[in-house]
Amino acid sequence: MRRAVALIVLLAASPALAQTPPTSPKKIEVAYTQFTLPNGLHVILHEDHSVPIATVNTWFHVGSAREKPSRTGLAHLFEHLMFMGSGHVKPGEFDEWLEAAGGENNASTSNDRTNYYINVPSNALELALFLESDRMGYLLDTMTPKTVDAQRDVVKNERRQSYENRPYGIAQPTLGEMLYPEGHPYHWPVIGYMPDLTAASHQDVVDFFKKYYAPSNASLVVAGDIDPAKTRALVEKWFSDVKLGPEPEPTTIPGVALTTVTKKTIADRVQLPRLYLAWLTPPHFAPGDAELDVVADVLAGGKNSRLYKRLVYEMQIAQDVSAFQGSANLSSSFQIVATARPGHTIAELQKVIDEELQKLQREDPTARELERSLNQIEASFFDRMERLGGFGGKADQINGYFSETGDPDWFNEDLSRYRALSPSHIRAAATHYLPVDRRVELIVEPEKKP
Amino acid sequence: MTVRKFVAQVFRPAVSSTHAGLKSCTTLLLVLATTLSAQRAPDRSHPPQPGPAPALKLPQIQKRQLSNGLPVWLVELHEVPVVQVNLLVLSGSAIETGKKFGVASLTAAMLEQGAGSRSALEIADAIDYLGADLSAASGFDSTAVRLHVPVSHLADAVPIMADIALRPTFPGEELDRQRQQRLTSILQARDDPAAIAAATFARVLYGPEHRYGVPTFGSAETTKAFAVDDLKSFYASIFRPDNAALIVVGDVTGDLVLPLLESAFGGWKPAAGSKPAAALPAVNEPAARTIYIVDKPGAPQSQIRIGWIGVPRSTPDYFPLRVLNTALGESFTSRLNNNLREQHGYTYGASSTFDMRAAAGPFYAAAGVQTDKTSESLTEFFKELNGILKPVPEEELTRAKNYIALRYPAAFEATGDISRQLENAVVYHLPDDYFSTYVQKIEAVTAADVQRVAQKYLTPGRFAVVVVGDEKTIEPKIQALNLGPIKKLTVDDVFGPKP
Repeated sequence: MRRAVALIVLLAASPALAQTPPTSPKKIEVAYTQFTLPNGLHVILHEDHSVPIATVNTWFHVGSAREKPSRTGLAHLFEHLMFMGSGHVKPGEFDEWLEAAGGENNASTSNDRTNYYINVPSNALELALFLESDRMGYLLDTMTPKTVDAQRDVVKNERRQSYENRPYGIAQPTLGEMLYPEGHPYHWPVIGYMPDLTAASHQDVVDFFKKYYAPSNASLVVAGDIDPAKTRALVEKWFSDVKLGPEPEPTTIPGVALTTVTKKTIADRVQLPRLYLAWLTPPHFAPGDAELDVVADVLAGGKNSRLYKRLVYEMQIAQDVSAFQGSANLSSSFQIVATARPGHTIAELQKVIDEELQKLQREDPTARELERSLNQIEASFFDRMERLGGFGGKADQINGYFSETGDPDWFNEDLSRYRALSPSHIRAAATHYLPVDRRVELIVEPEKKP
Repeated sequence: MTVRKFVAQVFRPAVSSTHAGLKSCTTLLLVLATTLSAQRAPDRSHPPQPGPAPALKLPQIQKRQLSNGLPVWLVELHEVPVVQVNLLVLSGSAIETGKKFGVASLTAAMLEQGAGSRSALEIADAIDYLGADLSAASGFDSTAVRLHVPVSHLADAVPIMADIALRPTFPGEELDRQRQQRLTSILQARDDPAAIAAATFARVLYGPEHRYGVPTFGSAETTKAFAVDDLKSFYASIFRPDNAALIVVGDVTGDLVLPLLESAFGGWKPAAGSKPAAALPAVNEPAARTIYIVDKPGAPQSQIRIGWIGVPRSTPDYFPLRVLNTALGESFTSRLNNNLREQHGYTYGASSTFDMRAAAGPFYAAAGVQTDKTSESLTEFFKELNGILKPVPEEELTRAKNYIALRYPAAFEATGDISRQLENAVVYHLPDDYFSTYVQKIEAVTAADVQRVAQKYLTPGRFAVVVVGDEKTIEPKIQALNLGPIKKLTVDDVFGPKP
């Protein structure tokens, strides 16, 4: 997910309306308090009384990258099991109690982390804290092989629906396999492989919980219409009996680099061929990461971007083109994706893409191209402030910043990464990170009719 | 990233500044908590009971108008320095006739392809440079030009928006571009089993002549035939100040924004003639349940849609239907999701929907289910669709009502949420007290109300059943269920021949 993690904030009074060109960075304020319980759980509180709701947002610092190669998909299957009841919550009650209180919840798993949220009217905050703490402390009390089986089938259907039965859905898992060598924790997809999902056992689930779901491997953000002092007392009340667990051992990640062009063509139930070009790029927040976000905009963000303008608007040989820096903790990947119009070939698209890529590697982008991108990035920081809970809401962003930088309020630093960029930085990043002779080239083509 | 729930419909609280605070119940527990030693386990034998619900403070809607009579609905929201400005036109695809299916959608798409003195590329460059988002789109009942922009750039963005809405130029070469883009999209829709299922279901319910029977984007045939004059005349017929409203939500005040809107939209005059109106034919309910199979060879899942024509947005039974549908297939614990996903594991998510429009839109239950459990899934679907005709137990009823009512503030959190609520109020002529009485109307719904509307609007014995999947695997077992006659359709039957 692109820039899944990002900022926080509240901004001061808005500037007056004026016929002025896009302007300087806004003043930003983020108020929070934080503390760590004796069991290692880190807690961050953020007040926002604009609506009478509260959110409980929990990140466990474990994702599919911690899985054993024969048990891919386990981190995500485990995420599903966190809703199936715990020591003091019978199966079904987690959702029933929350719905009866006007709450809603969801969770997601990436390579690097698993995040959970519970949104409630603020009068039901304690119920949310109770439920979150009970599964953190007592999940295994009610976990049975039958529970694992039930969600195993659901997750297999998630895989069918979101990957196997979706047009081009098998492309992203294939790209991961091509970009990262066997044994690298980003080689396999978060959703996992079917045989591994079949093989996942109750014991695997128990082991995973004991190893990775200790409170010291989590961070909790409670935000919204809350009183910080009372909320702290409630968090201490409900989370203090969650037992201390082991620290996950540090991982050693093999260094990766592409040394040549790797090509592959796969067939899918689609009408039109699609090209994916992919590179290994710097991790989230590392030097080069912000530059590549802007490279993506210059190449394929909006009608005036170089690739859209040529491929879709002028030549009309592509139906769509996109580019993005897929940021992650260990390593990122940069992708350019384009679909051929009927009667046109992938070779035609690739020729134009490489011309534009090489042009960006030779010459700086214009000042306007850079400003246009930066203005949109800055505006997106505001937009991400509009919602408190849920995926990408303020609480989720606070947790993301804390998890990745140690600073819950990294908004200014994040935005300043972009504001510091000049056209020559963009060219340098395109040159250094996107060589045409060291990358992955994947084509998804229509399957041949029997 | 993979996500727990397939249906991530989020309604989230947001109202203007109000400090509801935690109520007495929490305070009591606080005292309790502070007396506990940090390591002592709390009493987990009962879940904490929520205190009294916080007061719902709805955003205040300021209703103004410009000198030409164009209404302006304004909601001030000062948390984040952004603003949403929507020009809402009260006509959409539903007024299209005969060979013009798709003209509303194409007209809306063309607004950004040339307006005032700017070309398509110049419009995009100006808007992107402002960090703004500008879009134009049409649905069955309305068409909207929507602007989302940092408030510091509002004054620069509104004149561009006004050009797009009031002075589109419809360049011929841009029409050709849009046409090719759309024909390719129509071709690609054939790849997606969920899109095929939705289009097939609409076709089966309403037929190819009724506007609701064909997707809003029309067909390849109509798309090929449109000329610039079709778009210009359709545009002129619906874009009139007496057929429109402005909705503004965000970090502005009336004093600040009204002069800006007056100078951009106040000089807009209606063309001769009168406002258009939709006239959709009535549709007869079938005498018997029919199963429609669309073959998708090798598909690992079957996409299922079950239902019939439901109700218009103006239904007097709106509130009982909201409660009914929440219990049947909207919330995570709803009967369909609980059965097909949680109990049986046949799917990643099952749901039901009353799609309410100016005229009666479809009701449908839906899921993508694993191919080898298709017939078993149909059996469970009908078990729940029949089961909901009986009285709903009190605990389940209360949960469904609370889920809607207590979450209601969430529908007013962000600028986009609020403007969507206001759009609905304008398009469907909702009463002035609609928002302020919503919660009490939900709370007033009884089990008898739910049963009455279930029996009135759900007729499982006559539902249409659409299954898009691997025919050779699924058909024999569906046949054996004896649900009704099976008809086979092809993708060509639904979308027409490949463009």
